[in-house]
Amino acid sequence: MTTREPSVAAPGPGGPVLRLRDIVKVYGTNPVLRGVSLDVSQHEVVVLIGASGSGKSTLLKTVNLLERIDDGQIFLSDTDISDPTIDVDATRARIGVVFQHFNLFPHLSVLDNVTLGLRKVKGVRKDVADERGRTLLARIGLDDKAGAFPDRLSGGQQQRVAIARAVATDPELLLLDEITSALDPHLIGEVLDLVGELKDAGSTILMATHEIGFARRCADRVIFLKDGLVHEEGPAAQVLEDPQEPATREFLHRVLH
Amino acid sequence: MSTSGDQQGVADLPGLPPTSRLELNRRAFRQRQTVRSLLISLGSTAIFAVVIALVLVNSPGWRVTQDTFFNPEYFVAAIPAVWEGLLLNIRVLAFAVVGVAVVGVLLASLRSLRGPVFFPLRFLAAAYTDLFRGMPFLIVLYLIGFGIPALGLFQGIIPVAVLGTIALVLTYSSYVAEVLRAGIEAVHPSQRLAARSLGLSHYKSLRIVVLPQAIRKVTPALMNDFVSMQKDVGLISVLGAVDAVRAAQIKVAISYNYTAYVVAGLMFVAFSWPFIRLTDWLTARQQAREQLGGMV
Ligand SMILES: Nc1ncnc2c1ncn2[C@@H]1O[C@H](COP(=O)(O)OP(=O)(O)OP(=O)(O)O)[C@@H](O)[C@H]1O
Ligand SMILES: [Mg+2]
Repeated sequence: MTTREPSVAAPGPGGPVLRLRDIVKVYGTNPVLRGVSLDVSQHEVVVLIGASGSGKSTLLKTVNLLERIDDGQIFLSDTDISDPTIDVDATRARIGVVFQHFNLFPHLSVLDNVTLGLRKVKGVRKDVADERGRTLLARIGLDDKAGAFPDRLSGGQQQRVAIARAVATDPELLLLDEITSALDPHLIGEVLDLVGELKDAGSTILMATHEIGFARRCADRVIFLKDGLVHEEGPAAQVLEDPQEPATREFLHRVLH
Repeated sequence: MSTSGDQQGVADLPGLPPTSRLELNRRAFRQRQTVRSLLISLGSTAIFAVVIALVLVNSPGWRVTQDTFFNPEYFVAAIPAVWEGLLLNIRVLAFAVVGVAVVGVLLASLRSLRGPVFFPLRFLAAAYTDLFRGMPFLIVLYLIGFGIPALGLFQGIIPVAVLGTIALVLTYSSYVAEVLRAGIEAVHPSQRLAARSLGLSHYKSLRIVVLPQAIRKVTPALMNDFVSMQKDVGLISVLGAVDAVRAAQIKVAISYNYTAYVVAGLMFVAFSWPFIRLTDWLTARQQAREQLGGMV
């Protein structure tokens, strides 16, 4: 076993929003991540691609501290969030997350779903939070659904509300995990369009997706995960149009045909 | 609900073709069927009631029984004292319900803690619920009602109503904790993850996201526990509290006539009846919702 450098200095101001260094994650005897390093800069949209089981979701969960890493370091701006003394709840509040399944809270109205983080985590007054929530709902075209409950919404509408909930607290980083894969094909577009708008508004996004077309249009960079490692990475156009690695070519061939 | 009742208005809706002869015949047939079923069930109920009444009235001891249990004079005379006693039952119940809610939620929350660090707490909560779920309420009443005063920890006399309330809280919080725990486990884990991802603490996730959904899922079971608590509150009379049952007992001891017990029994039924109906209604509503595939 080789020992790595004990610690990497935190990136200075203006550095990447997210920096992963040699992340290792093992489930039982299954090494899912075997030393993944990557950066996400401010206002950048980075797309993770890779076969099913290649560890995309696992990687996003470690960033959100839902899974503990077995080695490596994670920096969020200038904080080492893999440090066990870190305030986990405060860190999670700095990161917005949307999962594959909508996970809206079924007992709360759409507006309350969107404002929950503002009210209960940030301590924003209810009227101020509601104001902000309504503005967000108007932006995603669902202001008329503010009082409705999630089960009255279509899958695409639910997922847009989930995105609004994730961005309501102005997180530094947005993690999106296959947010369209549980949707009917005709609903995918409205959700991806919203992600495009967030990018234009300057959000920093790390997302896992199988929507290669969307990655080509919206991603700044694409990272291909294979065997627990970053197999190839680069500007979206380059990785998707002209992959250098045979494995990348083969993967893209399979998902596109 | 049968669907036949909903069809009345259909023909009046604009934009529909006139109802066909076939459909009108079908409706007429269903209507005849409904009337027939109604008559049959009314008739059989009436026959049943008459048979019971005849058996009672013709039984050799009926006159004596009627006089000892359903004597109108004693009935009216017993009402004020029994009613007075029932007010004590209601007060005890009100305090006990609050206590049960607090302790029950606390126990259920302790039992849903994860991780080896919390093993002692989980173990204690589990031991508590196992103990009080298994022990007959009457024994809990005796142990608390006579055991606590015997300890002599407190100056002066503890009112028996307070001791009865404590016993009720001990027993029923263990039932309620179990019901709530089942509810908490029925909330999908992704709900907790979504809450934690927003930055909510473990405690806030439980309070704001998990518990409200859990309680909704188990409302009928909780209501059932409440209704049986309404009955068991009458047992505090064994400690000497002058509640409805005790008040009736006093009347009986003086008059050698049992009508006062019937008065107390009817008052308990009248008191719990709205809640029994409410429980039924909530259960039915929940079933209807689940069949619709609603989420809560
Ligand atoms: N909680 C867990 N316990 C054990 N193994 C797990 C767990 N979560 C994931 N794994 C395993 O880790 C590997 C990576 O899973 P992960 O969900 O990260 O893949 P993915 O790239 O997101 O796949 P997909 O494209 O299907 O979503 C898989 O082999 C999976 O079986
Ligand atoms: Mg995944």
